[in-house]
Amino acid sequence: MRFLTDRKRAEGKGAAHAGTGHHWHMIVSGVGLALVVPAFLYIFGSTLGQGRDAVLETFAHPAVAILSGLVVVVGMQHFRSGVQTLLEDYTHGSTRKVTIVLATALSYAIMATGLFALAKIAL
Amino acid sequence: MVELALPKNSRMTRGKTWPKPEGAGNIRKFQIYRWNPDDGENPRVDTYFVDMDTCGPMVLDALIKIKTEIDPTLTFRRSCREGICGSCAMNIDGINTLACIYGMDEVKGDVKIYPLPHMPVVKDLIPDLTHFYAQHASIMPWLETKTNAPAKEWKQSIEDREKLDGLYECVMCACCSTACPSYWWNGDKYLGPAALLHAYRWIIDSRDEATGERLDDLEDPFKLYRCHTIMNCTKTCPKGLNPAKAISKIKKMMVERTV
Ligand code: SF4
Ligand code: SF4
Ligand code: FES
Repeated sequence: MRFLTDRKRAEGKGAAHAGTGHHWHMIVSGVGLALVVPAFLYIFGSTLGQGRDAVLETFAHPAVAILSGLVVVVGMQHFRSGVQTLLEDYTHGSTRKVTIVLATALSYAIMATGLFALAKIAL
Repeated sequence: MVELALPKNSRMTRGKTWPKPEGAGNIRKFQIYRWNPDDGENPRVDTYFVDMDTCGPMVLDALIKIKTEIDPTLTFRRSCREGICGSCAMNIDGINTLACIYGMDEVKGDVKIYPLPHMPVVKDLIPDLTHFYAQHASIMPWLETKTNAPAKEWKQSIEDREKLDGLYECVMCACCSTACPSYWWNGDKYLGPAALLHAYRWIIDSRDEATGERLDDLEDPFKLYRCHTIMNCTKTCPKGLNPAKAISKIKKMMVERTV
């Protein structure tokens, strides 16, 4: 039992003075992805059905490797921010914190793996 | 937190079917949510039959007729019966709207009436809006000024006054907030479309001098940024307002003062 006024409940802990950075980041990374993903999909599609050597040669090209790197880095950052929002929507308390940590770790793990693979192909 | 099933004591049961009016040729069936906090029973859906030849055209007309002629225990809020007081908000045929301005001709088949979704119920069709009103109060819905009050009045140009159109008309019915999934899952912290529409109404009032403080108080991942532009609010507003647009304008101002 707590004798809190309605207004106190509505105010909660007050405003965190945060969230705009996250919101802006989602917009910027979203626009970035809208530019690089179609180009990446076009190149990726054109390699379908080719032999292993031809595919490796395509992705070893500096422009393609950089583009692929951008897709991995920007894509995973966008994914991390988006999933964080989703988890904040649907989970509470410790579950929220633990799942956000896991999603963040997964995003960086995928990012690192992608960059390692690209480095191995291109360098 | 997301809840996909109703708590045990909220599960619906089949209610009473009231007798059809005798000698009536034009009968319509109403299925109405009932819950009484005093009887310890689960909510139920009662079935009523209304003679449409002796009933007004709006859903509220039928509710008043049922309460007057069939079942005086049916409980709902209403006052103005012309879409101004906002008190008769309920879920009709799956849509949050005002019963007094929702015509029965807009409903196909049986008329199904429930309280506004995802709110605690006081009784029958009356939701508990305590938190909703407290959230509205928290955005300081009044003119805040620092300059000494002018001798006569705070002046506002016609153009600046026009910026409040589409905002000041809100009747605080809560149809929008209770249609918003983000408000369902995080309504304890998320202010919801109605309070945010009002917040924007004061942020863009040319006479208000607390713009910065107002934006400061909203800048929060939960109070403001739970809005994901799902647009349910705008779709359902019985006054034809666009809370989603007001929220996106607040977000735009937040970005403008950062980037
Ligand atoms: S636009 Fe925002 S406030 Fe409106 S229903 Fe969607 S999430 Fe809720
Ligand atoms: S914006 Fe519309 S739906 Fe929301 S409280 Fe105001 S009048 Fe009701
Ligand atoms: S009775 Fe006032 S809005 Fe419906």
